[in-house]
Amino acid sequence: MNELLNLTHSSLDQYVPVVGSAEVEELRALAAPLEGATVEMINSTAVGGGVAEMLVRLIPLMRGVGLECHWRVLEASLEFFEVTKAFHNALHGSAYQPGPCDFEIFREYNRRNLARLPADPRFVVIHDPQPVALVDARACGHPGRWIWRCHIDLSRPDSNVWNFLEPYVARFDGAIFSSPSFARQLPIPQYLFYPSIDPLADKNRELEPEFVSGVLDRFGIDGSRPILTQISRFDRLKDPVGVVRAYRLVKRYFDCQLVLAGGGAPDDPEGSQVLTEVNEAASGDPDIHVLELPAASPLEVNALQSASTVVIQKSLREGFGLTVAEALWKKKPVVASAVGGIPLQVIHKHTGLLAHSVEGTAYQIRFLLSHPEIARRLGEQGHEHVRENFLVTGNLKRYLTLFQHLAGQ
Amino acid sequence: MTTTTQPFQFATAAYLTCVENQKAHTVNELYDALEQASDAAIFYHTFQSLGRYHFLTEGFSNDFAQWVLAALNQPRLAERLASIDVRDYVGLAELRADLRQILAEYAGHHAQQARQAAFEPFYFCSAIEVTVPLPWDAKTLAGLRAGLERMSHASFYHHFIASRLRLHLRTNDFSHWFATALGLERLAERTNRIDIYTNTLDTARQELIGLLDREMPA
Repeated sequence: MNELLNLTHSSLDQYVPVVGSAEVEELRALAAPLEGATVEMINSTAVGGGVAEMLVRLIPLMRGVGLECHWRVLEASLEFFEVTKAFHNALHGSAYQPGPCDFEIFREYNRRNLARLPADPRFVVIHDPQPVALVDARACGHPGRWIWRCHIDLSRPDSNVWNFLEPYVARFDGAIFSSPSFARQLPIPQYLFYPSIDPLADKNRELEPEFVSGVLDRFGIDGSRPILTQISRFDRLKDPVGVVRAYRLVKRYFDCQLVLAGGGAPDDPEGSQVLTEVNEAASGDPDIHVLELPAASPLEVNALQSASTVVIQKSLREGFGLTVAEALWKKKPVVASAVGGIPLQVIHKHTGLLAHSVEGTAYQIRFLLSHPEIARRLGEQGHEHVRENFLVTGNLKRYLTLFQHLAGQ
Repeated sequence: MTTTTQPFQFATAAYLTCVENQKAHTVNELYDALEQASDAAIFYHTFQSLGRYHFLTEGFSNDFAQWVLAALNQPRLAERLASIDVRDYVGLAELRADLRQILAEYAGHHAQQARQAAFEPFYFCSAIEVTVPLPWDAKTLAGLRAGLERMSHASFYHHFIASRLRLHLRTNDFSHWFATALGLERLAERTNRIDIYTNTLDTARQELIGLLDREMPA
């Protein structure tokens, strides 16, 4: 395993304007009994993907409150990652026929990495299935408390893969899931930690109005008319064509525009095909803007969300769907499907509106466009909901609480 | 100003949410599940939902009512469940019994709706509380006022809402202290009347600070 050494300490003080000094003071009080405790965060990649993005933000904060937190990444070759990619898809419900060596490849790379695990961390947090077999260290008398942080939806896993992984999972002191609906019946305690956004990151910080209008100008979007936006990759499960159909129903009543913005996927044949379908569905309407953004465009995404009148997330299936939290943080009224982690973020009629169909989505958008006061209230309550539940400081608090609880057992 | 020898010790609490191995898809299943659910789960979905969603002041009362409204689209039952006021309870057994009675009465009159499957199941959760004493206390009303201004939502929730079951009284930490340590029964009563359903934690705190300002000599 490689330890990532270029992580800094990050002070909680910078979050005082966002969460208040009392919250920051209490986070420090919660961390005080854990001062100097060693924490190993272990996952499979240092870049790309939501887990790495979250750890980059969380670990410096843990260090900032006095924990000795390290981030280690599995060392493995392509054959291991091919197996774990197949596991990942199978855990999401795809059919899987294990190859003759798949399970042994998985075990072997975990064994090799085990040798480089430090001898005595007080807490070990294993992220996702790839490093799960490192828990074998406990059989050799490895001390400390072990937690499995599962970031994926395990509600419908392929049984071959789950039956292989479950005996490992059962040897942890607890498992963390992002939503109760993602969890499984396990013989160990299961905890609920929501994924989080960083309010100080480029994707979420407040932007100058001139920058926002500059982005709109660059993409030919008219800031003076209502803007409906869905930010997501071009994937059938995000139902971008359904969003176009909902927009057309709204357009009969409101002179609005639609922005569908997501990462381009030149190496993803299905993504390219979906993009073609979306462009076909949108053809002939200059008020539909289909934007292929480069992978790292946080400021553009922020600007598009900030300029939106209504943000849509009409997914057919969803993981947690943090784009919803991003929109709510910007006080935007959201219309979203009641799937995956979305209902945890959109509390129907309180922090946004849920829908179950194209027609329902269109109706809820029309309702919000007709009632700007209600839209404003939903956006403001959504912002508070995110402040209470989906910020990185809340994630830090949950880890500190868990470590205190485990230390006291 | 009255000074007490029994200072108010400020504390805060952090919560670790646990996913229980229990869920319900229908009103009937919710009725059955409520019989088996742990006290911690009942507490989580009623008292603690007030803390999690304190910023909602219109129409949100507890997780059960919200699920019946949003996932089952049965507003009449949702309203009845939302009418449960946690301030009326000193124990979870009573609260559990009343929730089940409302569900049973509804199912008795609306058998078909009680079997209707929800868009999303209701997942039972509970929470483990980790209490952290804060390094300040109050011996006077002015000291308490200063502490109130300094405390977080979590700390205010801990003293004002979660305390009700801890004390096994229809009261809260502040009222309890006003009455027992300072002998200020009327202030205790007024504090206890602050409506936690129509206030956010911030506005409830401001209301309490207003009561203290009126109580203290200028």
